Amino acid sequence: MSEARPTDSRNAILGKLRAGRDAHPLTPPESDFTVLRDKRWAPSERLDRIKTMMEAVHTEFLETTEADWPTAVQDFLKAQGTRTLLYGTATEAGQRIAAAWADGGPDLVPYDGPVETFKERLFDGIDAGITTTLGAIADTGSLIVWPTPEEPRLMSLVPHMHVALLHADQLYDTFWQAMTENRWADGMPTNALLISGPSKTADIEQTLAYGVHGPKRLVVVVIR
Amino acid sequence: MSINGETVPFSGPRPDSVYYFGTCLVDLFYPEAGMAGIDLLKAQGLRVVFPQGQSCCGQPAYNSGYREEALKVARAQLDFFPGDWPIVVPSGSCAGMMKKHWPDLFKGEPDEARAKQVASRVWELTQFLVQVLNVKFEDHGEPVRVTWHASCHAQREMGVVEEPKALLRQLANVELVELQREKECCGFGGTFAVRHPEISAAMVGDKVADIENTGAKTVVSGDCGCLMNISGALEGGKKPVRGVHIAQFLKERTHG
Amino acid sequence: MGETSVNFAKASTTALQDPQLRANFRRAMDGLMSKRAVQFADSREWNAVRALGASVRLRALSKLPELLEKLEANCTRNGIRVHWASTTDEANAIVLSIMQRVNAKLVVKGKSMVSEEMHLNAFLEQHGIESLESDLGEYIVQLDEAMPSHIIMPAIHMNTKQIAHLFKQKIKDAEYTEDVAQLTDLARRILRKKFAAADVGISGVNMAVAETGTLCLVENEGNGRMSTTVPPVHIAVMGLEKVVEKLEDVPPVISLLTRSATAQPITTYVNMISSPRKDGEKDGPREIHLVILDNGRSAIYADEELRNTLRCIRCGACMNHCPVYTKVGGHAYEAPYPGPIGSILVPQMEGLGKRGELPHACTMCNACVEICPVKIPIVEIMGRLRAEAVHPGDAVKGAGARASKAEAMVWKGWSMTYASPLAYRFATGLLAKLGNAAPTSLPLLKEWTNVRAKPRFARRTLHDLAREKGIPDV
Repeated sequence: MSEARPTDSRNAILGKLRAGRDAHPLTPPESDFTVLRDKRWAPSERLDRIKTMMEAVHTEFLETTEADWPTAVQDFLKAQGTRTLLYGTATEAGQRIAAAWADGGPDLVPYDGPVETFKERLFDGIDAGITTTLGAIADTGSLIVWPTPEEPRLMSLVPHMHVALLHADQLYDTFWQAMTENRWADGMPTNALLISGPSKTADIEQTLAYGVHGPKRLVVVVIR
Repeated sequence: MSINGETVPFSGPRPDSVYYFGTCLVDLFYPEAGMAGIDLLKAQGLRVVFPQGQSCCGQPAYNSGYREEALKVARAQLDFFPGDWPIVVPSGSCAGMMKKHWPDLFKGEPDEARAKQVASRVWELTQFLVQVLNVKFEDHGEPVRVTWHASCHAQREMGVVEEPKALLRQLANVELVELQREKECCGFGGTFAVRHPEISAAMVGDKVADIENTGAKTVVSGDCGCLMNISGALEGGKKPVRGVHIAQFLKERTHG
Repeated sequence: MGETSVNFAKASTTALQDPQLRANFRRAMDGLMSKRAVQFADSREWNAVRALGASVRLRALSKLPELLEKLEANCTRNGIRVHWASTTDEANAIVLSIMQRVNAKLVVKGKSMVSEEMHLNAFLEQHGIESLESDLGEYIVQLDEAMPSHIIMPAIHMNTKQIAHLFKQKIKDAEYTEDVAQLTDLARRILRKKFAAADVGISGVNMAVAETGTLCLVENEGNGRMSTTVPPVHIAVMGLEKVVEKLEDVPPVISLLTRSATAQPITTYVNMISSPRKDGEKDGPREIHLVILDNGRSAIYADEELRNTLRCIRCGACMNHCPVYTKVGGHAYEAPYPGPIGSILVPQMEGLGKRGELPHACTMCNACVEICPVKIPIVEIMGRLRAEAVHPGDAVKGAGARASKAEAMVWKGWSMTYASPLAYRFATGLLAKLGNAAPTSLPLLKEWTNVRAKPRFARRTLHDLAREKGIPDV
């Protein structure tokens, strides 16, 4: 037996909506996206704005270069006392970390099986997770993250610290521009995310507290 | 006039006559304020016409869900404003009812066009004094500190926010101390005050506290509904603060 | 009044007598209002993005049946199973049948107002399924066995001390602390275990995109991502109005939503879900179900004016700006949606017989209309519902349920008097002479003079004064 109700409700609902609309059609005003299209920052200002906005919600930034970032991240995590780092073995970034960290640093934990085989470890004992990003948005100070089989969804959520790699040449002005320029509507991934800081809440008397369910820290590694 | 929240100056020719719509609350409870408004307009050289057949804009019934009855009363007003002159109203709420809600109320009625024509000529008193007449007042009163209560409908239906305060600021001996929550409703709301007396009392209680915090002994307002509520609460709470309609206050200060 | 009506007046009076509650709301709402104003300080930008947001919502409503079909087709293509429910009972039954098939014992929930509408937690508990709220505010409210008092900030009615006592009392081995970071950390530790153990995650939907079959959720805590990613099954429940046409419609609505709701340029997470776990992917639910709920919405949609209620994006700003809500708090409304939007939505869903008082829980001050990010004419709808409540008709459930012959007579008499110059002059003359003799024990006057001095009729009306002073009549 199908768990869905028979199609009665579907047809009844759609029928009522159609009858209601056809009796009183509605002509909506034109959607004018100019306000989003024209929202621009000079390329040199974008990163500063992203930093300012994200730092205001407790995001940390690490500046480095394409050549140096694996060791810069390693040094940073060592200094933080990070013991374990969840990473994607199959990404270029993951391979560079593995190669560069051969001589020590936090233990690298691959996310290489389905979460069902890995849940306990994931929730109990991983200090940090590292992911790539598809860039960042100046308007709101947000990272664009599209999880993949190599960098699964929970990598940026469950470990106490999320380390995100951001290429300084992948900056957009607004969410709308990022989405339309890259034609997201032609094919959305399983999960697309904007991440604008570490997890937070203000549900107790509007007092901000960081790290409620997701990461307590978000570290953006800016690669120039 | 307000477009997208920005006030634009009136650009038509200055009229020589105006109608005055006194409103039912002013008629019964604040006739001196009503007369003061007439006197202020006359002092600017205008001929002021007060049609004796007028009564009420219909808002009490309209807001209570009795639209037929509101329509009947609103319709009865139309005959009394036949000329093409502006209609000046010493109340933002009644002006808002006429200007904003009459077009909806009369929608589909045979006299819809006429109602809209009348509605289009409606001005709130301080709005008219500032935007059309560009009045300049000279203060003849003693130094005094006052605060201003903005009526919700004057602000949000008529777009009248700065005009009354600008008039008060013209008075050299008047110190205007603004409320902390100037935009917040006083809790009158027509039948709301008697339908939910406890909530209304709590609201006017907050308003009274805000007024007291300014240290002013006079609270000026442009709407008699608010004024009845606030003055009533001030008096009921034995607070040494007096509520006064802006027309009356301006007349007292400027006519010596 | 036929069916039992919910007594807003009584509930609000109780709330007014709680000084702590009033202080909590006053402080919170003052803060939210001033912070929101900063977000929209640029009035040109506000006007433009607001017009865009309203147009997105209106365009969605103009094509609602087609967009829902398109959403269904695209979700189905993406592997999301779509279910339709006319009533909350039906929606609950759909959720339960999914739970039973997967033998679910524990559900973690992200914040969802539609699930409040369904009373889903209570329903699942009845069927032996533990349903745990994971949004911190909702978790607190659930521990307290209470209802949310605000659609965005469910526990806004409580202060830290009250929450500290609640945690100490309800959580095993919890130590008393008023340190917000420690309280938050305690909830984190408890809920992380639950996320890992849950059989099903339930969420609401902020927007569903017809064009791509995408469910959008905004949140700060990460519990929404947890609930929609960790458990093997994800069930999303949404009101049928939550659809938008295109993916590009999402950014302006999100911008209006987060700035209006909590004065944030954006929430920590914007979570866009378009399919269950695909082959090769290592996490995410293997099944996603989308339950589309009507519950009276299609009837609201049928009316040209009332359908504007369905523009709502549930930002809650109307609550924050409502002077009535600020005084009485959310619980007084005894409904999933309090404040101005609740006062127009709930009576339409539940009927004017039961909820006809809510449209009167409003001074018509228009503070909500001024800030509504999608320009809902809330106060006009409030007025319309007041009229519907006293006039039998078929536009709204329970129309005419509050009709009273006596009240109708009063207004009829009033209109006859006020529409006739002669009768009006006679009546006002009488009031001017005798009105002040009315005893304060009279109905209406009694309520008025509770905290106010008696209004004084002037001896002569403005009509009299104008005549005496020779003000021309024509």
